[in-house]
Formats: sequence, C-alpha cells, structure tokens
Amino acid sequence: MLVLKTSFKNIIGAGKRTWLNVAVLSFTFVIMVSYNGFIDGWQQEAYRDTENWETGAGQLWHPQYDRFDVFTLQDAHAAIPSGLRTYVDNGTLTPILITQGVIYPQGRMQNILLKGIDPKQQILSIPSQELAQTGEISALIGSRMAESTALKKGDRVMIRWRDKNGVFDAREILIAGIFSTKVPSVDAGQLWLNLNTLREMTGMPDEATYFVESKDCPLKTDADGWLYKDIDFLTADIKAMTDGNRVESAVIFSILMAIALLAVFDTQTLSIFRRRKEIGTYIALGMTPKRVIWLFTLEGTSFSVLAVLAGFVWGTPLLWWFGKVGMKMPEIDMNVVMGDTMYPSYELSSILTAIVLIVCLSAIISYLPARKIAKQNVVNALKGKL
Amino acid sequence: MHFRKYSYICTAKVYDFMDTEFVISIDSLTKTFPVGGSFFTALNNVNLVFGKGEFTGLVGPSGSGKTTLLNIIGSLDTPSTGDASVLGHSIAKLTPKESAELRNRNIGFIFQSYNLLPVYTVYENVEFALLLQKTPVDARRKAVMEALEWVGLTDKEKSRPSQLSGGECQRVAIARAMVKRPAIVLADEPSANLDAKNSHNILQTMRKLNKELKTTFIFATHDEKVMQYLTRIVSLRDGEIEKDSLIEKPASC
Ligand SMILES: Nc1ncnc2c1ncn2[C@@H]1O[C@H](COP(=O)(O)OP(=O)(O)OP(=O)(O)O)[C@@H](O)[C@H]1O
Ligand SMILES: [Mg+2]
Repeated sequence: MLVLKTSFKNIIGAGKRTWLNVAVLSFTFVIMVSYNGFIDGWQQEAYRDTENWETGAGQLWHPQYDRFDVFTLQDAHAAIPSGLRTYVDNGTLTPILITQGVIYPQGRMQNILLKGIDPKQQILSIPSQELAQTGEISALIGSRMAESTALKKGDRVMIRWRDKNGVFDAREILIAGIFSTKVPSVDAGQLWLNLNTLREMTGMPDEATYFVESKDCPLKTDADGWLYKDIDFLTADIKAMTDGNRVESAVIFSILMAIALLAVFDTQTLSIFRRRKEIGTYIALGMTPKRVIWLFTLEGTSFSVLAVLAGFVWGTPLLWWFGKVGMKMPEIDMNVVMGDTMYPSYELSSILTAIVLIVCLSAIISYLPARKIAKQNVVNALKGKL
Repeated sequence: MHFRKYSYICTAKVYDFMDTEFVISIDSLTKTFPVGGSFFTALNNVNLVFGKGEFTGLVGPSGSGKTTLLNIIGSLDTPSTGDASVLGHSIAKLTPKESAELRNRNIGFIFQSYNLLPVYTVYENVEFALLLQKTPVDARRKAVMEALEWVGLTDKEKSRPSQLSGGECQRVAIARAMVKRPAIVLADEPSANLDAKNSHNILQTMRKLNKELKTTFIFATHDEKVMQYLTRIVSLRDGEIEKDSLIEKPASC
C-alpha cells in the first residue's frame, strides 16, 4: 500500500515526462481497442450477413458439389431424398439447384450461375417471394450483378443454358427485382430463378444441388448420402480474412507498444540514475533494496495504469462516436463481405487483453532497470554520487 | 555511569560482561575501500563503545573516516574486518532484511543535505518511517504531530520541502529521525548547510530530545557550534581514534 501510494505520488510529481509516457501508452491503448473493435465489428457483421444471405445455419451438399469448381455442377444434383422431405416440407431446410448458364446483356456474353430457390423459403434473406408469379420466367439479381450487366428492374435479357442432356436452350427472361446485399457470393455472376422453373428448364424435376438449413433444423451430420457442412466450414474464408487482419493489427500494436515501452524504459533508467539519493534515503529509512525495486517497478507500471484510465477518458467518447458513424469503406475488394460503412464492435475480452498486455509489458520494462538498485552502493547513493 | 570513564581508554572486549549498558560497541573495526588496484584504509582497528543517552561527536579532518564510521553503525555499510554491535545486532552478520528492520525501528538518520522526499509534504515525510512500521492511523497521527511540535513546525505540515528554508528542512529531517523514537540517531554534518542561528536552533532541539527520550546521538562534524553541545568528543585521524574525551559540562544548553 505504502509502495503503491509512494509510486503514484512520485510519478504525479515527476510532471511532463510522466504525461508524455502516459500519452504514448494511452494512445497505443485506444488505437489497439478501436482497431480490434473494427475487426470484431466487421467480422460479426460478415458472419451475420453470410449466414443470413448465403450459408444459413449449415448446409447439406450433394457429394459431387464443390462450390469453388463450376465443372462439378454438371453432376452435382439429385432428387430430394425421402429422409430430407419432412424438413423441406416444414421449412427448416430449403433446396438450391445450380446450373451453369450464359447471359447476353446488350449483346455481350457473360458466364453465370443459374440458381433455383424456392419462392416460399424463409431461411435466406434473398427476396425469393418475388419469383412466385408464373407466366414469364422472372429472375432476381443482386446490385453488383445489375451493375456489371447494366440491367435494371423490368429489363428483359436473353439467357442460355444446357439441360441435363447437355442440349442448349435459350430464353428471354424478366428481371423481376434487384436486391442489395453485402455478400458478393450470392450476387456477382449469378441469377436467381424460381426453383421449379429451373428444374423444368433443365429437366431435373425435384432435384437440388445443396440444402440450406435454418437454425431450427436438427440435421447436424451427413444425411441420406448428402454431406453436412457446418457454419465454420462455410465461413472459413471470413475467418482467414479476419485472422489476417488480426496479424496486421498485432504488428501495428507491437510497433506502437515498442515506442511506448521505450519511453517508459528510458524514463525509468534515467530516473533511477537521477534519484540515487532518494533511493539511498528509502534504504536509510528502513526499506529493503527489494522493496525499493518494487517501488520503482510499480512507478513504471503506474504509467500504464494511468494510461488506461486516460485512455478510457478520452477514448470512450471517440470510440462511441466511431461506433455511431462507422467508418466509410472505400470499395476495395468485390469478393469480400463488406458494407460501405464499417461499424466497430468493442468486445470486453479484447479490451481486457489490451489492458493486461499494456500493464504487464510496462511492469516488465520497468523492472529491468530497477534491478540495478540492488547492486547500488547505498552509501554512494546517499551522497548522490554517480 | 562509570563505564564511560573507561570507554575511551579500553577496548570493548573488556566490557563484554556489561554489554547491555552499551547501545553500540565497536570491536577492532577496520574498513578498507578498493582504490585502483590496491586498498585504502578508511578506518583502522577502531574500538569504541557508546552508552545510552550519549550526545557524542566524531570530529577530525576531512577524510578521517567519520562518515564511514557512521555508515557502518547505521548498517548502511559493512566492516571489512572486525565488527560493530548495534543494540545487540552484529552489523557484519545482518541480512539486508534485518539491517533494513534495524534502521527502520531503531536508527534515525539526519543528513547534511536533509534528503527529504520531494514529492511528500512535511507531514508525509515525517510519517513515512511510521508507515514502514505499519503503525496504526491514530497512533501515527499523534506521533507525527508530536514530532512536528518538537521541532516547531506544526504550522508547516502541508508544505513541501521545496517551500522550506534550509533550517526548516533540517528540522523536518530531525522530526523524521525522531518520530519513531529510535534508540540511536546518527547525524552526518547536520549543521553544515545552516547559518549560526539555525544551527543553534536545531542543536538545542536535538539536545532537548536527547535528554527527554534518552536517545543516543552520534554526530560527525567539523562545526565548532556543534561541539559546544557535545557531552563526548571522539577525535579521528586517518581512520584511527586519536582522542576520546568526556565533557562533563557542555558549554551550551
Ligand atoms: N566508496 C569509497 N571508495 C573509496 N574510498 C572511499 C570511499 N568512501 C570513503 N572513502 C575514503 O575514505 C576516507 C574516509 O572517508 P569519510 O567519508 O569517512 O571521511 P569524513 O571524515 O567523513 O570526511 P568529511 O569530513 O570530508 O566528510 C576518505 O579518504 C575517502 O576518500
Ligand atoms: Mg563525511
């Protein structure tokens, strides 16, 4: 207690140098928290959007299906097995059928995927109910697709596809709606059709390429020869991406931290050098050298405690403001799930991690020069001799 | 108090049988410092005893070993050979923890340059020693106020050392040394930075405490003003005791 009080008094009494250290440390702290806040915020949103728009709570794949290889599509379809029928009927499972196709917007040609979705499905956010009307073949596209093909709602466009026998067929379809999503993998290069229409077009009645599960769907293992894919598998790319960001953040944090720790180290070394007489006085008053080492270590550590407090004081309004207005994102990568504004999410665990790191590292860095106190000759120290 | 009469002509060994009457006994103490490749002898075979309540001065030319002797008595330094027994503790054998404990409980230091803690107020500087002893709050407050009263600084309790005059700083240092009512106070040139008036002032204060509390005071000094108050003068020269004389009636006080 005495040591704690003394160390605080000493660093408050030390003036400018203290505040410099506190400023650098608290800057590091706030940067660390906000950077991680943005990563966490982005990750959470990416998971949420991907789950809502693309993956659902899990999927069951046709054994031939590989989402990264369009050539598997030709064989990756089969009729809905009887074991899955109940789930499809009660709406906890929805079939998606995929086939390759070509679109001809304004006479240009573009390879696309035709995806059939049940208009009545409630699992994905894709507005499939807009595909319910019969008559013309109507289709939904995402805003990225609309931009790359220059198609608008109500436009008609020619598409061509192969049926199950490999025979080409072509038809003009109506763009019934354009949806906006942050998930490029349900948008770019694809056209959403009524599932039954696509089945008729391809001659694949009652067939599907994969099933999307709702949260209530109890199927968590392979079923009827269809392969279960859990959410971790389906969102592995998001994880890889955030892991990359975290490495980046760790590098930035390390650099800032190194600068801050250097300042603390420098201050501590200098102060042990300059305050030899004071050290001698503590020992003459009956403190053991060990206790004086502890005092100086605590002094260095107090910088970080003050820095964290200061960080809370100036960082809270700032981070709150970031949370409110978000950060406008430049359009960088079309393949990444990302809105135009990124909102941070401050996790208690990452704030605590930042605090523990800053405090512990400062403690270690303060201890290093303080160890020298034990080797000092008290008598010389009392004289303030060097 | 007849032992005093012999203390300066006989070695401490002779008085082993009446050790309890001595607060400090120094036995064949030699202190050497490594200088360059060889050793410099700062104290050479010193034998001395100090009784309870003495007001003794170590005098002698600069470099004669006064500070060195005080530091060893205060367990801030260790003997090269021989030993000093302070309140029954052998200085040569103390662990760092034991020597810290001895200083904390039983020895008050007063330095030429005051050595007050700059970030603390007068009150807190005096309180520090008691905090180290974990004295309870009430007793602490009482002791600190009493000590400030002894030195006449009750009105300055909230000042910081930088706001005090040299004489006031030295009085704070005296209060800090005395607040724990130690058996021994070691003062190294306590008046060197003070003018005549302040010197007499603090010496009278110390002499008063010496009489009231039976604290043993040992000074290292060149100062004629200090010598007027001493009850015993030990003269050192080149690390050896040259003369040890009792003053039955100090001039001042
Ligand atoms: N750490 C040391 N290393 C080497 N020599 C030392 C050391 N400390 C003291 N000495 C020497 O020991 C001798 C006695 O020193 P000391 O400080 O005890 O003298 P002093 O009597 O207190 O002198 P002064 O009146 O000037 O304060 C001096 O010659 C000094 O140079
Ligand atoms: Mg000296």
